[in-house]
Amino acid sequence: MAETGTYLYAIAQDVGHPLPEEVAGVTGAPVRAITHEGLAAYVSPVPLEEFGEEPLRRFLEDLDWVGGTARAHDRVVEAVAKEAPTAPVRLVTVYSSEDQVRDLLRRRHDDLAEVLDHVTGCREWGVKAYAKPSEEAPRAEEAPEETDSPGTAYLKRRRASLRGREDAWRLAARRAEDIHTTLASISVACHRHRPQDPRLSGREETMLLNGAYLVAEDRREEFVAAVDALRGEEIEIQLTGPWAPYSFTSVDLGPTRAETLDAP
Amino acid sequence: MPRDHQPRGAELAAAGHIPPERVALVDLLDRLLAGGVVVSGDLVLSIADIDLVRISLRALITSVRASDPIPSAHPHGAVALPWDSGEEGPL
Repeated sequence: MAETGTYLYAIAQDVGHPLPEEVAGVTGAPVRAITHEGLAAYVSPVPLEEFGEEPLRRFLEDLDWVGGTARAHDRVVEAVAKEAPTAPVRLVTVYSSEDQVRDLLRRRHDDLAEVLDHVTGCREWGVKAYAKPSEEAPRAEEAPEETDSPGTAYLKRRRASLRGREDAWRLAARRAEDIHTTLASISVACHRHRPQDPRLSGREETMLLNGAYLVAEDRREEFVAAVDALRGEEIEIQLTGPWAPYSFTSVDLGPTRAETLDAP
Repeated sequence: MPRDHQPRGAELAAAGHIPPERVALVDLLDRLLAGGVVVSGDLVLSIADIDLVRISLRALITSVRASDPIPSAHPHGAVALPWDSGEEGPL
């Protein structure tokens, strides 16, 4: 039999019953919960011929594989998050046995419980803002006058156009900051992801904000209404979500093996 | 061809979630590669051990563009087609 590893998707508060529907993991095998003192770790077996270190380096070059794995991972996380406060685990976290996962729950129980407390009753929303600088007409006082020579008129127009564009950018950047501040004030926590590369986002416009907001469920309507109210001429806003709280559970739990060995 | 589904907030709030197939891969990867609980050591493997630069950007872009489904008309006309703004992407 091929060697198998244990793929870890998420850690959640243990609701005391299995997921209502059977959810398939990244390789199609069903996901199960490993529980320990109020915590549940959701795992599925994966073949190490695919998820071992060497094969994985190859597969991570294949975007179809990465995309399929990411979506399967997300499906599991979302199914768990529907049932209980959930801390998603970063993509492709593979243990050699379920015992190691159980050990993680045991050793890091308090840290994990704290993370879960933090996200309880909240969902994550994504807000991306793009600049839409318009080709503004030069302002009246800088518009060329009829008495100007063609060269002077050209320079004036050029200067006015550059200044107009710079102003538009500055204005758009400031608007993005305002958007972030406004949304952060409605949120329990916020996190700014790096703006997406235009080659990945598929957008030519500059992304000014790639924010994630942890919002209490009872303020959801208020949050999305605020997003809609912030939309404007010079800025395009995209709202995504609600997500499981991916951006607010990024804690590094560090190695556990050394501690286990050190334990009395 | 990638596309962003861009529902208004109220619509999203009413629906409760975006259908999974509509979640843009790049938004998902923002979260799955930068967020979430990280466990290092003790593992067969974690993504933290992999140099992500090795994921070929070109492969990423090509595949994002090629593998996303063609958008169907949204009843509210809210589908944006990012690549339709004129020029093709920077490949």
